[in-house]
Amino acid sequence: MLRPLMPTGPSPSSFRRLLDKIGPVDCVGIEERVAKYTTRSIKKASKLWGLRTAVSMLDLTTLEGKDTPGKVASLCRKALRPHEAADIPSTAAVCVYPSMVRHAKQHVADTNVKVASVATAFPSGQTPLKARLAEVRAAVADGADEIDMVINRGAFLAGGFAEVQDEIAAVLAACGDAALKVILEVSELETYDNIRAASFLAMAVIREGDFIKTSTGKTSLNATLGNNQVMLEAIRDFYLDTGIAIGMKPAGGIRTAKQALQFLVAVKETLGDAWLTNERYRFGASSLLNDLLRQIEKEKTGAYQAPYYFSEAAESY
Amino acid sequence: MALLKTLPKAHARPGRPAPELIFGELWEYDPAPESADPKLKPRYELFINGEFVAPKSGKYFDSINPANEQKLAEIALAGAADVDAACQAAQRAFDQVWSRLPGRERAKYLFRIARLLQDRAREFAVAETMDGGKPIRESRDFDVPMAAAHFFYHAGWADKLDYVAPGRRVAPLGVVAQVIPWNFPLLMLAWKIAPALAMGNCVVLKPAETTSITALKLAEIFQDAGLPPGVVNFVAGAGETGAALVNHPIPAKVAFTGSTVVGKLIMRSLAGSDKKMTMELGGKAANIVFDDAPIDQAVEGIINGIFFNQGHVCCAGSRLLVHEPVAATVLAKLKNRIKVLRVGDPLDKNTDIGAINSKEQLGKITELVASGVKEGAEMFQPACKLPAKGWYFRPTVFSKVTMSHRIAREEIFGPVLSVLTFRTVDEAVEKANNTAYGLSAGVWTDKGSRILKMSTELKAGVVWANTYNKFDPTSPFGGYKESGFGREGGRQGLLDYCRLI
Repeated sequence: MLRPLMPTGPSPSSFRRLLDKIGPVDCVGIEERVAKYTTRSIKKASKLWGLRTAVSMLDLTTLEGKDTPGKVASLCRKALRPHEAADIPSTAAVCVYPSMVRHAKQHVADTNVKVASVATAFPSGQTPLKARLAEVRAAVADGADEIDMVINRGAFLAGGFAEVQDEIAAVLAACGDAALKVILEVSELETYDNIRAASFLAMAVIREGDFIKTSTGKTSLNATLGNNQVMLEAIRDFYLDTGIAIGMKPAGGIRTAKQALQFLVAVKETLGDAWLTNERYRFGASSLLNDLLRQIEKEKTGAYQAPYYFSEAAESY
Repeated sequence: MALLKTLPKAHARPGRPAPELIFGELWEYDPAPESADPKLKPRYELFINGEFVAPKSGKYFDSINPANEQKLAEIALAGAADVDAACQAAQRAFDQVWSRLPGRERAKYLFRIARLLQDRAREFAVAETMDGGKPIRESRDFDVPMAAAHFFYHAGWADKLDYVAPGRRVAPLGVVAQVIPWNFPLLMLAWKIAPALAMGNCVVLKPAETTSITALKLAEIFQDAGLPPGVVNFVAGAGETGAALVNHPIPAKVAFTGSTVVGKLIMRSLAGSDKKMTMELGGKAANIVFDDAPIDQAVEGIINGIFFNQGHVCCAGSRLLVHEPVAATVLAKLKNRIKVLRVGDPLDKNTDIGAINSKEQLGKITELVASGVKEGAEMFQPACKLPAKGWYFRPTVFSKVTMSHRIAREEIFGPVLSVLTFRTVDEAVEKANNTAYGLSAGVWTDKGSRILKMSTELKAGVVWANTYNKFDPTSPFGGYKESGFGREGGRQGLLDYCRLI
C-alpha cells in the first residue's frame, strides 16, 4: 500500500501552525498585567456593586461523592436566598453531578436560578465518547439548564485538535437547548500558550452565550488571575474577529471576596461592561458566597459579623 | 483548525455593526485617595554640613503641587555663597571623616538610610506624588522601594571595593557635584548618592527646582541615621544654582542627569578642567514589535514604556516601531488598552496617569503634539475626563508617523507615542538607530536568536527583550551618543565614582 505524501493525523507542527494563527502568550508579561489588577482599590459603593454582582454570578457548587438529595436541597435554598437581607440577589446557578440534577431541579424550577451539571465523566473525561454523550443527554433530560463538560486533554496534548473539537461538537449536539461550558482544565494544559490555543479551539465550536471555563476544581491548580486573563483575552480577540460573544467561568480556588473583585476588575478592564453580567461571566465556587455576604454586611454596617450569622450550604471546592 | 478557518468574519456579517468593546461607567471605581500624612513642613531650608540652614540671600521659591496648582511649601534658594559653603563642608567631611572610615563603617550608614527610608516609605511616597504629580501607585510600588534598594545594594559594596576592579585598587575622587532632574526626584538621588558614598566620596547635590521636597525630607533621615555632617549637602535652586555648583573649583566630578541641552552646556563649561563627568541625558527610544511577538504583552509593554510616569522618563519607549503585518492589530489593541487607563488625581490609588510635572512641561508637550497634527500624523486620544485644576495631558498615540516628523525625532517627555512601521529586521535596526539619542530600546519577538542579533545591533545602552522599563540596582544604566556617557548602577556605576590605582 502506498503511504500518503502528507501525514493526515496530528503532526508535531500542528500546534505551531495554530499558534501562528492566534499568537503566543508571554508568561512574564501576563503575570505583570494581572498584578496590576490586585493593586486596584475598590471602595464604598463600587465595592458593594462588585460584591453583589459577584453573588449574582456564582455557580454555587457541590461536587462530592458524598452528595445527597438533602445536601443538594440545602445548596438550592442557599442559592435562591443567600442571605436574609433583601437586596442580595440569588446566585446564577447551582452546579451538581448529573445524578443530582433532578433533585436540584425540584427546588429551583421556575426561578432564575439555573441547574448546571458537570457531565462527560467529570473530572477526567476518561470514558468512551458514547458514555459521555449519554451522560450529557441524561442530565439534560433530568432538567439541566447548563452542562459543564471537560475537554479531552490527552488528545489536545497529543496534537489531536480535530478530535478535541469534534468531541466538543458532539457534546454540544447532545446539549440541545442547554448552555454549554467547556472546561479546559488549565492545570493539565500547563502553559499559557496551550490555554490560549485550547480556548480558541473550543470557541470555534460553541455558540454565542456558551462559556469556556478554567478548571474542574479537582486538580492542584485552578483558576488564577493569570489563566483567567489569557482566556479573557482569547474571548476578546475572538469576539472582535467574529462578533460571537463567549462567556467565561473561572472555577476553583476563588474563596475570598477580595479575589472575586480582582477577577471582576480583570473582566471590566479586558472585556468591558458587556461582560459584567452573569450571562457572560460566572464564578464556580461555594465557600466564596459567605465571604461575599460577610463583606457586604461589613460595608453596610461597618463591622464584621461572626461566621455563624451566615448559613452554610456547601463545603466543596 | 479547519473549524477556525470556516467561521465567518465579523466584518462579513451584513446588517450587524462591527463588534466593539464597551468601556463605560457600569462599574465606576469610587475615589480611593491615599491618606498617609506626607509630613510636609511649610518651609524647607538648605541642608549644609548636617544642618538645615537659611540661604544667605534670604530668598525662597514656591514648590507647587502639579495636581491642583496649590503651593506645597517654600524652598530655600541657594546662591553662589551657599554652594560654596556646601562644597567647603563636603571637602572638610571628606578630608577629616568620610575618606578615613573603613568601608564596613560607611556601609552601616547606608544600611541605616535604606532601612529608615523603608520605615517611612508611605510618607515619602505621598510626598513624592504631591511634589511631582506621579501616581501614588508608582511612587509607592516603584520609586521609594527602588530608592531603598539602591542604598541597600551599594551598602553591600562598601566593604567589598577591593573586588570591584580585579587586580587594581580603588580610591574615592573627593567631593562630587550632582545635579538631578524632576522626573524621579528620590530615585535619581539614590542612584547618585548611594554609589558615591559607598566609594567614599562626599556629595553636594542639587535637586530639580520643581521637586526638591523629598530630597530635603531625606536629609531628615540622614540626620536620624547620624551621617557625619557634610558628607551629603543639598542646595536647592534652578539653573544658576546648578551652574555655580558644577563650576565650583572643589568638586572632582560632576554627575548630571537631565536634558541633552543642559548636559552640553555643562560639558562646555567644564571643558579644559580635569573634572570627571557622567552624563545621563535624553532619549527617543524605539520599542520594536515583530509579527511573531506576544501581542497583548507587547501592548502592555508599550503602555508601560510610554505612559509610565506620564512619559517623563528619559528611556521612555516613545517611538513604537511595529512590523507591518501586525501594525493594524497592534494599533487596535493599543487603543482598546488606552481606553481603560485612568488619568487623574495622582493620590488616587487607581490612577494610572497622573499630572504633568509643570506648566512649562505641559506647554512643551502641547506644542509638540500640535506639530504632529500639523505635519499630518493621525492622532488618537481617549475620551477620558481630566480634572479641572492642575496640569494634565491625555495619553496620546500618533500613527502614520515618518522618521522626519518632529514627533519622531524630538524628545517629548510626555505621554505621547509615535507609531512607525517597518518591513524587515534591517529596516527596524536602521530606523531605531536613526536618532541622535541612544539610551534604551525594546524588542518584542518570540524568536530568541533575533533578540540576540538586535541587542548587538541597536545602539542603545539598555535593550529590553519582551519587557520594558525594568530597573535593578545591579544593572548598569546609561546611554550612547547624545544620551550621554558613564553608567549608573552595578559594578560599572561604581567605577565611575573612583580612581583606579
